[in-house]
Amino acid sequence: MRSILTVAGLVCFLGICFWAYSKSAKEGFDEAAQLPFTDDDLPARKDPGQQRKEG
Amino acid sequence: MQSQATYNYKVVRQFAIMTVVWGIVGMLVGVIVAAQLVWPELNFAEWFHFGRLRPLHTNAVIFAFGGCALFATSYYVVQRTNHVPLFAPKLASFTFWGWQLVIVLAAITLPLGITSSKEYAELEWPIDILIAVVWVSYAIVFFGTIAKRKTSHIYVANWFYGAFILAVALLHIVNSAAIPVSLTKSYSAYAGVQDAMIQWWYGHNAVGFFLTAGFLGMMYYFVPKQADRPVYSYRLSVVHFWALIFTYMWAGSHHLHYTALPDWTQSVGMVFSLILLAPSWGGMINGIMTLSGAWHKLRTDPILKFLITSLSFYGMSTFEGPMMSVKTVNALSHYTDWTVGHVHSGALGWVAMVSIGAMYYLLPRMYGKTEMYSTKLITTHFWIATIGVVLYIASMWIAGVMQGLMWRATNPDGTLTYSFVESVKASYPFWSIRLLGGVLFLSGMLIMFYNMVKTIAGQKAYSAPVVAPQAAHA
Repeated sequence: MRSILTVAGLVCFLGICFWAYSKSAKEGFDEAAQLPFTDDDLPARKDPGQQRKEG
Repeated sequence: MQSQATYNYKVVRQFAIMTVVWGIVGMLVGVIVAAQLVWPELNFAEWFHFGRLRPLHTNAVIFAFGGCALFATSYYVVQRTNHVPLFAPKLASFTFWGWQLVIVLAAITLPLGITSSKEYAELEWPIDILIAVVWVSYAIVFFGTIAKRKTSHIYVANWFYGAFILAVALLHIVNSAAIPVSLTKSYSAYAGVQDAMIQWWYGHNAVGFFLTAGFLGMMYYFVPKQADRPVYSYRLSVVHFWALIFTYMWAGSHHLHYTALPDWTQSVGMVFSLILLAPSWGGMINGIMTLSGAWHKLRTDPILKFLITSLSFYGMSTFEGPMMSVKTVNALSHYTDWTVGHVHSGALGWVAMVSIGAMYYLLPRMYGKTEMYSTKLITTHFWIATIGVVLYIASMWIAGVMQGLMWRATNPDGTLTYSFVESVKASYPFWSIRLLGGVLFLSGMLIMFYNMVKTIAGQKAYSAPVVAPQAAHA
């Protein structure tokens, strides 16, 4: 039973690796990687007129 | 415009300021205990003794300084990357005041000698219960915020923060199980080698999840933000995350090499520690390579210097750690100052530096400014801190290896070549160098405090408006 769990853990992890490097995951990852840049957190930019209009 | 909802910056601001304050307190106690090793006369009172102050130092730097940094940055990142203000703001406020109360109680009880004597879990059971309540509240605020997110993806930094919060709850509650006999005294629910194993399952995962996963969350947000480019490889970050989750939990037994713990359990710990090298370095490479194509920014931006140097120290200490977990190496290194050097390479080099970088990023934004009062002082802080860490770890390496070799040296007739006190005497110069390193690192924190006060002075507290996700600008 314990060895089955160990093997299942390994298979699960390898599955995650394959999935992460698969083509299907790429698009989502590219989007997710941009998340920190989806808002401008500089509060007092020199051009205050331009900042943070509702998108 | 003001009617628009704003992010909850208040709790972030509170935790950010207390990060700097507790950093100074915790490191000051560290400098005091380092001085007590050089001048034993400084152990002048029961409550001021090395044995009482040392746990105060570790608790203050890990849970007060590191903890506040994690609260501040996780609350900031989870709001900004999910485009929603914090869930349950009153509960978030409770986590701040609850956590400060825990810290104050620790600062009172530890010097009084009230301790469960479990390393990094010294606090007695009433405080443990308070920690558990605060931590569960933290989880509710954090995951509640993720649940109401406006984005389809959950950014990877939040995964690391989430794992850190869940794992620490599990570790703390299991390891702190105890039978109270009075308000200030309890006995562990476990006995003998099981107690030791649970303690180091906790202890090592406190390193793995509190001091690593949490701060990796910080790294995955603040390095890309400060470098103004997305993380080098998002898929690597996903594999990095799961690899850490799958392996860290099994490495704790390497703290119990050559003890009553069964041999195979020690070997499991050693093997998993060696495997850990791969995800650790994967994460380090991912962080550092985020800067590829923008290396020139390192020259002028001291915040990036802090962040990238912290990753270098992370790489160094995560190479050193697996090496020290090899039984034959451990036979030399265990119980020596090498361990102390290793811990500080991780704690000062990695944890403190990445936190300091993140705080320099956060603090001005909490007051509606783009940068700290003085960038020059950040650069000064960086160099003083770096020299301090290098002096600290180099002296501890030398002292540690020397101690290990002296302790194991035997004469041809089988007797020990050196008495223990001879190794103490030989360590003296290195303990002085370590003290100097610590003083330098603490001075850097004082510069940071000055810079923070100057940044805040005369400024109004600021909370940024919540914005819907827009196309990335980069």
